[in-house]
Amino acid sequence: MADTVVAHGADHGAHHTTTGLSNNKLGMWVFLGSECLLFGGLISTYMLYRGRANAGPQPDQIYDIPFTSVSSFVLLMSSLTMVLAVSAANRKDDRNTNLWLTVTAVLGATFVGGQVYEFTAFYREGLGFTTSLFGSSFYTLTGFHGVHVTVGIIMLMALVGMVRRNRIPGSKAETVELVGLYWHFVDIIWIVIFTLVYLIPS
Amino acid sequence: MSTATEQHTGHDDHAHEESHGASDKQYVIIALILAALTAIEVSTYYIDFGPLFMPTLFVLMIVKFVIVVSYFMHLKFDNKLFSYLFYSGLILAVAVYCGALATFKFFLQKG
Repeated sequence: MADTVVAHGADHGAHHTTTGLSNNKLGMWVFLGSECLLFGGLISTYMLYRGRANAGPQPDQIYDIPFTSVSSFVLLMSSLTMVLAVSAANRKDDRNTNLWLTVTAVLGATFVGGQVYEFTAFYREGLGFTTSLFGSSFYTLTGFHGVHVTVGIIMLMALVGMVRRNRIPGSKAETVELVGLYWHFVDIIWIVIFTLVYLIPS
Repeated sequence: MSTATEQHTGHDDHAHEESHGASDKQYVIIALILAALTAIEVSTYYIDFGPLFMPTLFVLMIVKFVIVVSYFMHLKFDNKLFSYLFYSGLILAVAVYCGALATFKFFLQKG
């Protein structure tokens, strides 16, 4: 019986707060709200400067829509694998949690690899960071997003190691969910970037 | 002890359903819908949508965004406070863009 009480406390201890909500989760949502402002500023800057390519290639001359579409699809599917990891963590199924977290990290790494390839191709076609206002705002926006994905991959791999060694303090399911929230946020930002940056011509 | 554990597990499952509201199968269906919407988005690059081009892209973008936030991020099933925090940031971000755009328009007209 004592075991039951301890296990129950570990599951729901996080909710014994003045708001009745998990402080960790509340903190993550505040962080994601502030991240909206960061990416809002970067997307605004790009939208205002995209037509100002006085030198170097224009946006519609260098974008490879089929390639970026595949990258977008890969990132979108990583959201599915992430939510399956959260679902497995809620069922206390460590094996599937680790499996889906690893698949998510691999899909994320595929996306980042695609972005590195894209940047390299654009640079070879004459679009450097300082070539034009378009180039500067494009690399800053998509580069910031790429860094966020990379940080997400590091978090996922760290989580895989922690789940495997059973070293997560507090609720394991909540920790996986928090990393999941960050990962889905990175995905929704790309949904906006893909439409506004790639699909809508300048 | 056994009974207590079973009751506890049952409670967890019920709480899980309440807080997350979707099964793995439903998540897969949602992902397929998102993939289909992405395919329609990409088709606008190949097919001429005429005057519907921009509205179609904007609607698809917003629908995909809301689906991921509501179902994958569980905002639809979670406490409303999380929604207020997130959407406040989002509305402020859109306001920043509108403000910056208005400023640029103003200075371009003056210049």
